[in-house]
Amino acid sequence: MGKEIIEAQNVVFGYPLEGGRKSPVLRDVSLSVAEGSFVAVLGHNGSGKSTFAKHFNGILTPDSGTVTVCGINAAQEDRLYDIRRQAGMVFQNPDNQIVATIVEEDVAFGPENLGLPPEEIRRRVDKALTAVGMAEYMHHAPHQLSGGQKQRVAIAGVIAMTPRCIILDEPTAMLDPQGRREVMEAIKKLNQEQGITIILITHYMEEAAQADRVVVMNDGRILLDGTPREVFSHVQELKDVGLDVPQATELCWRLRQEGCNLPEGILTEEECAQALAQLLEVGPHACH
Amino acid sequence: MLAIKTEGLTYTYSVGTPFEKTAVDHIDLEIEQGEFVGVIGHTGSGKSTLIQHFNGLLKPTSGRVLIHDTDLWAKDTDRRAFRFKVGLVFQYPEYQLFEETVYKDIAFGPVNMGLSAEQVDQQVREAAAFVGLREEILQKSPFELSGGQKRRVAIAGVLAMNPDILILDEPTAGLDPKGREKVLGEIKAYHKKRGNTVLLVSHSMEDIARYAHKVLVLNRAGVMMYDDTAAVFSRAEEIWKGGLSVPQVTRIFSLLREQGFPVNESVYTMDFAVQEILRLLGKEASHA
Repeated sequence: MGKEIIEAQNVVFGYPLEGGRKSPVLRDVSLSVAEGSFVAVLGHNGSGKSTFAKHFNGILTPDSGTVTVCGINAAQEDRLYDIRRQAGMVFQNPDNQIVATIVEEDVAFGPENLGLPPEEIRRRVDKALTAVGMAEYMHHAPHQLSGGQKQRVAIAGVIAMTPRCIILDEPTAMLDPQGRREVMEAIKKLNQEQGITIILITHYMEEAAQADRVVVMNDGRILLDGTPREVFSHVQELKDVGLDVPQATELCWRLRQEGCNLPEGILTEEECAQALAQLLEVGPHACH
Repeated sequence: MLAIKTEGLTYTYSVGTPFEKTAVDHIDLEIEQGEFVGVIGHTGSGKSTLIQHFNGLLKPTSGRVLIHDTDLWAKDTDRRAFRFKVGLVFQYPEYQLFEETVYKDIAFGPVNMGLSAEQVDQQVREAAAFVGLREEILQKSPFELSGGQKRRVAIAGVLAMNPDILILDEPTAGLDPKGREKVLGEIKAYHKKRGNTVLLVSHSMEDIARYAHKVLVLNRAGVMMYDDTAAVFSRAEEIWKGGLSVPQVTRIFSLLREQGFPVNESVYTMDFAVQEILRLLGKEASHA
């Protein structure tokens, strides 16, 4: 902890338009991510969050400014393989990320391409599938799996490369609630038990609430950056930029506006229920 | 009048192969005309298979499907007509846009219905207005638009057929909170104005809680519940066990009930939650 794994400085980026112009997406964004942290990135569609994330493993390179990943400048084309081994990426649709017809072969795809000895590949595949709770499915065909299971296989494929950092771009958008829970559990475990840095882009506020740090992007800039408690206390500001807060946070915020005496920074349903219980115990005097 | 009725509806994929799988198993269902129904179920619960029966895209392996009292698969039924009466918006419909202009894409359905040019024009413009697409966008190529706009064009293409029954499969997947609210608000307004039947398939319990009057819960190829939204979400534990979830406010209120507070059993929206707490405190909401 403490060491920076990703360091973005004054990043400016635009997608090319006809006639040589560019449509600006990132307007001078700087961010450092400490190794071992779990950072959630929020922002409305078009805020630039996916574009920004694609700079973290060299899929895109800045028009100006620099991005350093594990000490390597991501603009150095000859170091791309090194960067991608250290910083793996998981996308929204699991069906677009699975290449083999058997789960264990899919997870082995990356390590095989590194030219590792078979025993090492075997060890990594087993370890990666165990880490995401999919070891018992290693001989299954991916199409027989649920969305949450497929997404965990995709994550295992990244882990088998032993990265220090995983960037997930809305990995739960296409999943049902059970699948979402499974993927979030897997991500948190990798972060806590293996110390892998997690960058999670999501539209689900309840998922962001589980991170150590939340970064909110708007119009190609960073609008808010802090712990979930700090960031989600800016309810009105978040709503103004088309975002939301967890329902637990919103309920307390709405009741505070009605004059009820409730603390700020409520994030989880347990905290909310506890705060409401105290409010109800006090009775009508708790509101003015 | 019943909009949709199924009798012993069963559908089995890949009959006679090792992959044989019954996705919909003896479903008896009655959906009233004019209802706004939320459809929830985990991946593989049979949702998509079921809804594809309602406009005749799939033929039941056994059992019957009746739309407005007409058996879709009776000998003399004109099934083509039901493709227009029952409009189906698939997941990620923006990938299905294909015309040169937005206008032509929305007009595709009405033109195929054999409507006059004037009628087509009117229905295209009405549908575009419903989903908030401005006039000047109509002559653009759909591929120049943002993801959210493309999604709206695809939905407008189905609305332009003026379907009596509108079925949407995850229309808000991948949209940010503001985008979700906008699209669902437009569908709600359409439902209110047309008085047609709407089926909304979603993994977002918060969205279902906010917009649907009734909820259909599918589990393991069968109907687990079909009831008013309040009644369904008051059975939180069963829903949770079915791999689904309930809105976070509902869970907060379950916790309060467990602690012995006399709160209503079926709190499922934010407004309801605020009012319920204020009621217990003997206070009126200031702007409910």
